[in-house]
Amino acid sequence: MPFVQDLRPSPDPAAVIDFSPEASSLAIRGLSLAYGDTPALRDLTLRIPRHRVTAFIGPSGCGKSTLLRVLNRLHDLNDEVVRTGEVKLEGEDIHAPEVDVAELRRRVGMVFQAPNPFPMSIHDNVAFGLRLQGGLSKRKRDDIIEWALRSAALWDEVKDRLRASAWSLSGGQQQRLVIARTLAVGPEVLLLDEPASALDPISTLKIEELIGNLKSHLTLVLVTHNMQQAARVSDYTAFLQDGALVEYGPTDTLFTHPRLRRTENYITGRMA
Amino acid sequence: MRPVSGSRARLPRGEGPGAWLAAGSVALSLLALLALLSLLAVRGLEHFWPAPVALVVLEDGRQLAGERVREVPLPEGTGRERLYRTGNRDLYGTRWEWVAVSAIAEVSHPPDLVVLERRRWGEAIGRLTALESETGERVEGEGAWPALEARLAELTSLRQARDALRDEVILPRVRALEEGGDVDRELATANARLRALQAAMEGGRLTLATADGGRLAVPLEQVLRVRRPNAMSPFDKLVAWGEGVWRFLSEGPRAANTAGGVWPAIFGTVLMVMLMSILVTPFGVLAAIYLNEVAHQGRLTRLVRIAVRNLAGVPSIVYGVFGLGVFVYGIGGTLDEWFFDAALPSPTFGTGGLLWASLTLALLTLPVVIVATEEGLARIPDQQREGALALGATRLEMLSRVVLPMATPAMLTGVILAVARAAGEVAPLMLVGVAKLAPQVPVDGDFPFLHLDRKFMHLGYHIFDAAFHGGDVQAAMPLVYATALLLVLVILVLNLTAIFLRHHLSTRHGALTRR
Ligand SMILES: Nc1ncnc2c1ncn2[C@@H]1O[C@H](COP(=O)(O)OP(=O)(O)O)[C@@H](O)[C@H]1O
Ligand SMILES: [Mg+2]
Repeated sequence: MPFVQDLRPSPDPAAVIDFSPEASSLAIRGLSLAYGDTPALRDLTLRIPRHRVTAFIGPSGCGKSTLLRVLNRLHDLNDEVVRTGEVKLEGEDIHAPEVDVAELRRRVGMVFQAPNPFPMSIHDNVAFGLRLQGGLSKRKRDDIIEWALRSAALWDEVKDRLRASAWSLSGGQQQRLVIARTLAVGPEVLLLDEPASALDPISTLKIEELIGNLKSHLTLVLVTHNMQQAARVSDYTAFLQDGALVEYGPTDTLFTHPRLRRTENYITGRMA
Repeated sequence: MRPVSGSRARLPRGEGPGAWLAAGSVALSLLALLALLSLLAVRGLEHFWPAPVALVVLEDGRQLAGERVREVPLPEGTGRERLYRTGNRDLYGTRWEWVAVSAIAEVSHPPDLVVLERRRWGEAIGRLTALESETGERVEGEGAWPALEARLAELTSLRQARDALRDEVILPRVRALEEGGDVDRELATANARLRALQAAMEGGRLTLATADGGRLAVPLEQVLRVRRPNAMSPFDKLVAWGEGVWRFLSEGPRAANTAGGVWPAIFGTVLMVMLMSILVTPFGVLAAIYLNEVAHQGRLTRLVRIAVRNLAGVPSIVYGVFGLGVFVYGIGGTLDEWFFDAALPSPTFGTGGLLWASLTLALLTLPVVIVATEEGLARIPDQQREGALALGATRLEMLSRVVLPMATPAMLTGVILAVARAAGEVAPLMLVGVAKLAPQVPVDGDFPFLHLDRKFMHLGYHIFDAAFHGGDVQAAMPLVYATALLLVLVILVLNLTAIFLRHHLSTRHGALTRR
């Protein structure tokens, strides 16, 4: 279904797909962002489908990370950032004054490029978000921790050493621990910013497998530099360049029959 | 033509003149440190070893007895001169005697020479001739020494009994009496017992014959210790040495800080440094958090940061003046007007004391803690902060649960540096509360137990005072060395404690500092 952009028509409207509001988890409309005087995002409008994996690709510095950070309001602390436009999560504006940022961040979890477990035990890392919320019995919390570690495909590797330091894990395990930590607080959306770019191929494979499993109950947004990875795990792919959305479509079409020359050039350049 | 590549590139590590120069400087610095410590250790610790007492017969027939201290050449090759510590200041007016080596006819070490340590007049040296008990019995000649030893042991136990009676029986009852209890009779019997004990302790005395034929009568209560160094075996001397070191560490000073121990000064130094750490840590950490985590990183913050760094270089006496003006006179004076009106004009907080000294030193070391903590905070990757925020932590939760624990080792490094600096400071303390003599330590059983308004003793100041202000500098010198050694050791122990703490905290979750 073609999407009618009411603010500024794309040069080729057919290069951007749209989803019905009911089927989408996040709706971004007219989003622009600048760091001081330097624009980083230019008038983005797109919807992200629920319980699917949506990949963002594009050259380095095109604003992919910046976009993800808007989605869980990590820019709030940077007073240089100037933002216009709106982002809706399940129909509600995430920047509305009545929104509790902490609550929003629990609903929209984020995993960063470099694994960043806290300097605590494995158990305490996963318990971190739960403890912040409080109100859970220790039994309940331990159950959730086990569930989160299982969901992140880490339980079998760490169940005998939950009290060991998280920093004693390998890089791939650390990244899965970070995912488990995020899952434990029960997000609806999981933002992954190049989650495997610092990992070895086997760990990468495990993360990709994990992403495939998680989409049964989560909306996933994946930023990646790796075209094969985007092709392997995502359902939809959006191509960004210079902070603007160039093309957005089902992953297989975008990779095999990109509509725009720019997209094709980028993909073939990266694939080669 | 390519320039000859620097010799660095071709030279393997650890060769060439540069490496030798560097290694040489390291060795030299270490040697200098080692020399310093060994000087302190040797000069400080040999003092407690019982020195042999020489009986010197001079050419002119005069005799003197004393411990040989040192020997120096006389000017223009006219021979050498020896210094003896002869004691008996009450007889001669001095405790020292210089003797030309050429004037000495004979030196011997008779085993029956006695060294007495007395409460007043320093030591006495001579031969024991008679012991007189309180009832007037006299023991003379050979039997006097064993009788003296027995009597002194008896006196020690009597003294202990008296102290126990006073502390455990009389003082509690006096307190009860003040609170209106009916203990008059018990008190009266206890006081009678005390008087009896006191009487049993008084009266005895001994007589010494000095080397030059004089006579010295010493009441037994004046006697602290007696020994015959020439008759002691090496093992006896070792025991005496251990006892001497222990007394130095555990007793208060005597004779205007030129004798006795330094316990109140050790206690004062450690307590003051601890209070200082408790005061400086929260302020320093909060300031560092503000500068690094809260403040907008603009020009003003940079300026403040530079200012803080420079504050670390302000001479310490300046802080002392500030402490005196602001803490002692300003805040202390006001406190006195408000709360201790009854005691005026004698000041309570309006004079130097433990609290003001700790505060002044806390101010002095604040920059050190701020800088170290800030460096620790700056080393924490932003991803850790974002990770916490992304899990729904507020800024405060992020700081307290992730950032601060990670910065703890750096914080403790700051405290270690602060302790090292504060423990050795003397100049500002002289303005804000250190005392020449405060035998009562500022902690006791009376409410509020920790007396922040009291003056206190400090090892650094004790060194200064004993070395320059005692009546007999010659006598105080070994104690000055010993105290200096002790100050170094106390700082070492304080630092090791903090380092141990840091290590313990950082190993709890693995390689926190190594990443
Ligand atoms: N905190 C920041 N302050 C200023 N400029 C930034 C900041 N973060 C990113 N940028 C700039 O914004 C642009 C987009 O960056 P980013 O979103 O990280 O790109 P990507 O993740 O696609 O590589 C880049 O030009 C980058 O230099
Ligand atoms: Mg990025």
